[in-house]
Amino acid sequence: MTTVTDPRSESFRLSQLIYDTRYRSLTIQAVAMALIVLMLSWLVSNTVQNLQALGKDFDFGFLFERAGYDINQRLIEYDSNSTHGRAALVGILNTLLVAFLGCVTATVLGIFAGVLRLSKNWLVSRLMAVYVEGFRNVPLLLWIIAFFAIMTEAMPAPRAFRTGEAEMALFDTVAVTNRGVYIPAPVLHDGAGVLITVLLASLAGIWAFRRYARRLQDETGRILPVGWISLAILVLPNLVAYFLLGRPITLDYPELGGFNFKGGLHLRNSLIALWLALSVYTGAFIAEIVRAGILSVSKGQTEAAYALGLRPGRTMRLVILPQALRVIVPPLISQFLNLTKNSSLAIAVGYMDVRSTLGGITINQTGRELEGMLLLGGFYLAASLIISAVMNFYNASIKLKER
Amino acid sequence: MKTTALLGALTVAGLSAGAAAAATLDDVKARGHLNCGVTTGLAGFAAPNANGVWEGFDVAVCRAVAAAIFGDPMAVEFTPTTGQTRFTALASGEVDMLARNTTWTFTRDVDLKFDFVGINYYDGQGFMVPKSLGVSSAKELDGATVCIQTGTTTELNLADFFRANNMAYEPVPIETNAEAQQQFLAGACDVYTTDASGLAATRATFENPQDYVILPEIISKEPLGPLVRHGDNEWGDLVRWVLNALIAAEELGITSANIDELAKGTSNPEINRILGVEGNLGEMLGLSKDWAINAIKANGNYGEIFAKYIGENTPIGLARGLNAQWKDGGLLYSPPFR
Repeated sequence: MTTVTDPRSESFRLSQLIYDTRYRSLTIQAVAMALIVLMLSWLVSNTVQNLQALGKDFDFGFLFERAGYDINQRLIEYDSNSTHGRAALVGILNTLLVAFLGCVTATVLGIFAGVLRLSKNWLVSRLMAVYVEGFRNVPLLLWIIAFFAIMTEAMPAPRAFRTGEAEMALFDTVAVTNRGVYIPAPVLHDGAGVLITVLLASLAGIWAFRRYARRLQDETGRILPVGWISLAILVLPNLVAYFLLGRPITLDYPELGGFNFKGGLHLRNSLIALWLALSVYTGAFIAEIVRAGILSVSKGQTEAAYALGLRPGRTMRLVILPQALRVIVPPLISQFLNLTKNSSLAIAVGYMDVRSTLGGITINQTGRELEGMLLLGGFYLAASLIISAVMNFYNASIKLKER
Repeated sequence: MKTTALLGALTVAGLSAGAAAAATLDDVKARGHLNCGVTTGLAGFAAPNANGVWEGFDVAVCRAVAAAIFGDPMAVEFTPTTGQTRFTALASGEVDMLARNTTWTFTRDVDLKFDFVGINYYDGQGFMVPKSLGVSSAKELDGATVCIQTGTTTELNLADFFRANNMAYEPVPIETNAEAQQQFLAGACDVYTTDASGLAATRATFENPQDYVILPEIISKEPLGPLVRHGDNEWGDLVRWVLNALIAAEELGITSANIDELAKGTSNPEINRILGVEGNLGEMLGLSKDWAINAIKANGNYGEIFAKYIGENTPIGLARGLNAQWKDGGLLYSPPFR
């Protein structure tokens, strides 16, 4: 005869919350949550109370008031009669401009330096080591100021061009002055739209041709001279269209007039200094990431590719890089984010980014520190999240696909 | 992520605002020294001397306030502020007062919640150019590159001036006077514009001051004065009357040389009231009887301070002009000590 004894039904005791492992983690989480909520509410009430004590309210209306100050570098229409909101927008575009330019240049620089650092040539690899260690280990701010100082102190003033002490470079098309670099600017005339359409069409043509070439290779093994044909598709139709339409795009050359150069495109010292410094600084980090990525692919892969008869260029492009990219891209994302956020050091050289317009002059003129800083934080947060979303999308497209 | 950012912003705001409570005088007394916001360095107005001790026309106001409270003009800690950081520094309580050639304007007084306690220098915005530029009037500056300190009234005046005269210009924004000087001397800008006194002070530090001219146009009114936070009227009164004491002392002939003599008592009741021989003005301010004696002893009366740091016998060489006593045709006029 067997007797089945029911398990003794336990009554819940309060001490179980601490001593019973089934409940303990819940207790800890609940307590932590309560503490966080308490701290948050303290912060909010403290802020509200202190704003009240200062007699200030919380209001974003200042964004619609007249700004009253001028900005030198404007990508959109803006003058001193525009609103603070528009000034912020001008600043945002300036931030995005320098961040974009910086990311592109830093990536190119980084890939070159990273690959060359692995060169078997002693001199080349040492030179790259000096570049990487030199730029990586000195604060970015110093580089920005150094580049700026070189541009303002060592370059000739516009007046020197009049007296013949200085001359324009590249067949009188580029003027390097202590106020920035003046380069020819493209001017669009009638028919420029057609030319741009032709350009886009030829780009689409190249893409379609490459797809075709790839499929052909997959199916028959025949390899087409992709590079030459792509170049022809790019150049020929555009050249023909350019002359047929009667040169719809011309260049506006900078000329000395009054105090400064007039015409052309003015790349200000502040932009150049910030752009170069951000690029070489972040480029040094990217170089290390690229080097690590390439080294992470085992030597056996190269040897196997060689054994199959692939040439070194193809080996790099088809075997090593796809595997190295998997290692390279995730840390590359954080470098892009760093570069974007570091661009806020623009204030050191008077580059009018969003930190200088919204976070600087606007806050100073309106006294809206809290609102301005929240907006500024919100902008950088949004920009960073968008960049990482785009890069994560790219990362997903190149990562190991298991079948 | 999002909440962390918000949290951080609120913490900063909360902590900084927390310090800005009332009863500044009690805080200052408990701390043992005055926190005074000054420029990052403008010769004659506020700059450290060869021994690293801050001195100058604006610094003297801070020293006088410290002397009035503690009897010791050296009981001041100076916080160098830029055009952009000064108001945040004052509003957050990082400094107790600003003496930093700051222009008294409606919005700063009303909207930014500060109290200007008076005017210690009547100024106006001017332009400085190299002589070699061959410019004799600001109206000829169409297309010029202009160095300008950001976050100042001069920045707004500049925009208005060029707009009103239908001229174009290229602003080069800079943070501090030292940066502006470097840019201007390197020729990165044709023109440097700021308050005329600042231009004179900056020019005085150049290697070849005679190669630069200050253009005749004064394009704005820039009444410069010390300011305090809104909301603590007792503290505002204290700073205001220390400044008035310096001005009144010059009017009444109280100097650092004869003050000990006059403090023994004179036949002029107003001098007696200022110096604490009669009445209890000091007590009303929450200070000792000899508050004004200490304040005036610190660097002398207004006229002495002016002559010592920025007057005609200094490299800066500013004439009294509007900053003379009302009796001498200027605008300085202290309300009566009664």
